[in-house]
Amino acid sequence: MGIFSFFSKEKKEKLDQGLEKTKTGLLSKISKALVGKSAVDDAFLDELEEILVTSDVGVETTLKIIDRLQKRVARDKYINSTELTALLKEEISALLDENHTGLQNSFDAAPIAKPYVMMVVGVNGVGKTTTIGKLANQFKKAGKKVVLGAADTFRAAAVEQLKIWGQRNDVMVVEHGMNTDPAAVAFDSVKAGMEQGADVIIIDTAGRLHNKVNLMNELSKIKRVMGKVIPDAPHEVLLVLDASTGQNAFEQARQFTAATEVTALALTKLDGTAKGGVVIGVADQFKVPVKYIGVGEGIDDLQLFDKHEFVDSLFKTEA
Amino acid sequence: MFESLSSKLEKAFKTLKGQGKITEINVAETIKEIRKALIDADVNYKIAKQFTDTVKDKALGQNVLTAVSPGQLLVKIVNDELALLLGGQTADVNLNGNPAIILMAGLQGSGKTTHTAKLASFIKKKGKSVMMAAADVYRPAAIEQLKVLGQQIDVPVYFENENKNPVSIAQNALKKAKEDGVKVLIVDTAGRLSIDEEMMAEIGNIKKALSPQEILFVVDAMTGQDAVNTAKAFNDVLNFSGVILTKLDGDTRGGAALSIKSIVDKPIKFIGTGEKIEALDVFHPDRMAQRILGMGDIVSLVERAQEVFDEEEAERIQKKLLKDQFTFEDFYTQIQQIKKMGNIKDLMAMIPGVGKAVKDLDISDDSFKHIEAIINSMTPAERKTPDIINGSRRKRIASGSGTDIQKVNQLLKQFEDMRKMMKTIGKFQGSGRGMPKMPFMR
Repeated sequence: MGIFSFFSKEKKEKLDQGLEKTKTGLLSKISKALVGKSAVDDAFLDELEEILVTSDVGVETTLKIIDRLQKRVARDKYINSTELTALLKEEISALLDENHTGLQNSFDAAPIAKPYVMMVVGVNGVGKTTTIGKLANQFKKAGKKVVLGAADTFRAAAVEQLKIWGQRNDVMVVEHGMNTDPAAVAFDSVKAGMEQGADVIIIDTAGRLHNKVNLMNELSKIKRVMGKVIPDAPHEVLLVLDASTGQNAFEQARQFTAATEVTALALTKLDGTAKGGVVIGVADQFKVPVKYIGVGEGIDDLQLFDKHEFVDSLFKTEA
Repeated sequence: MFESLSSKLEKAFKTLKGQGKITEINVAETIKEIRKALIDADVNYKIAKQFTDTVKDKALGQNVLTAVSPGQLLVKIVNDELALLLGGQTADVNLNGNPAIILMAGLQGSGKTTHTAKLASFIKKKGKSVMMAAADVYRPAAIEQLKVLGQQIDVPVYFENENKNPVSIAQNALKKAKEDGVKVLIVDTAGRLSIDEEMMAEIGNIKKALSPQEILFVVDAMTGQDAVNTAKAFNDVLNFSGVILTKLDGDTRGGAALSIKSIVDKPIKFIGTGEKIEALDVFHPDRMAQRILGMGDIVSLVERAQEVFDEEEAERIQKKLLKDQFTFEDFYTQIQQIKKMGNIKDLMAMIPGVGKAVKDLDISDDSFKHIEAIINSMTPAERKTPDIINGSRRKRIASGSGTDIQKVNQLLKQFEDMRKMMKTIGKFQGSGRGMPKMPFMR
């Protein structure tokens, strides 16, 4: 069963619901593209290109997938749509190849560090604070002691927002109020978490556009000061991406990685019509695993990402 | 990133060079590159396809004059079409009503609350009294956020901590606004997914209850292919009157703007260009067209230059640029002013087609010292007409400035490059609007 055994049936259904639109779209199109054909022809590839591009997979990654598919087909000689779907799945999964070493891979797994420090980064409005609220809930449920750090001291009422999540989860929130030095908050949060014997410390940061040099430098600094309390901290830098974001996600990943060495991705708002296909290319290019997905506004609407389930949900024949 | 399209097109255009007429065959590669570029800029796949088909139809069979290369002609068509699609009349925000009501709607995290405050501040500066209503009862601290912003800009905020019904909050806010004689009421709402039927019905009911003058759809400029679905769904329910495109201060190409405009044909009324309250701008279709095409940000460059350059001087130099009379004397003056503007390479990289060129150019700030010395060692005639600087003059300048011939040669070459770039800017400014000529089409 492995690390994903905690998935309840209910949760899977939620993800399926979220991806339903994608799924039916893809499938009906694939079968349509295949009607009366016995080989991959240009018309089918055009169709596939459209499917992938309209899922925000991007031109480059789409061409890569198509290229790999063509090579596989030439080699394996596919016959029907089921086999083709399987091939497609394999090729997309291959791009999502995860590398979870050194990361806390599930909420209830034995800690790889105590406290395990996570820093959450991303552009404005992707859902960082909400994701933290949901993460805190999951870790708490798994019996971990959680401390949150309100280092978004910039956006109006951001501290307030995190505090509400803290209350909902009944976990401690370290804060210095608004317009204070975020690095100092991060430092104190890690310190307080250590003193309190926390298992997991999660630091919220202000949303920032990745092309603002000063703000990115600030982020590097926030990260650095955590290392002064615990040498390896943060153990995880989580970049939150909005599923509705297009090709700009690449630049986001590039710049946030440059500033903070992102180790994992969270993909939010997958319960909408957006397909989040851009993570396929992002994960591939930056060799960063997608770790969490957000599938709703409720406190439980966060799941560990599993590429097989993700891709399966995309291609499943029946809901 | 911005260089990519320019260089790709440059490559594609090579296949067009030396051909007298645009035909199906010689245009195919270029059209493909343009489509790819549009998709990379997040323009919806179908819309990109339609768009390039239109461009192709317009281009086919056109005779290519000797003065204009087929590439130039094609890009002109692309640019014109794009600006046309994005443009139309620049719509102002409708503030006629007592009070005028503006309803904000959009997905989660698109920037509704921030832009409610930005818009309030914008309207307040116009001299109208404004009130904001906090009708986002779902996201934690959303009401608190609007209250804080209200304090910052000194605009009253209507809120009800206990009321969980956005429709009745909106109605009560309207009542209060009427009582207080407020001229404009802006209603912030919760972010919602377009497929959330319950939530979409809710905002439909808010609309019904208020009959707002303006319904503004707030959308993140970084949105990808889904922009069409979302915009259409919101428009189906709300028939919104305009769009606010947020987070344009990022480096996204913003193709979503084109997708949205094409799918719902509603004007983009404002753009959000930063986290500060003042960072709200009116929308410029031509700038957006350039941005989507990845043509660099020539307008911003010019604006930045204007901030630092004193206006008379700028005008004088601009005239010279237009007439191609740029001299070493001007160059010297400019160095002094450019030094004030910050990192030179960054500035130059903003000029379309130039980014690539400056990458290899050695323009570190230190090299100014030599440059200044070399220019100082020139005669007035040489500064005015660099063409007369022959071998022996070069030798003299080198020893006079305490540098060597290589340095002098290097500067002369840089100057020539510089002149070419400046000519490019001159052309853009001189032509007034649009982008009739691209720098990479020489």
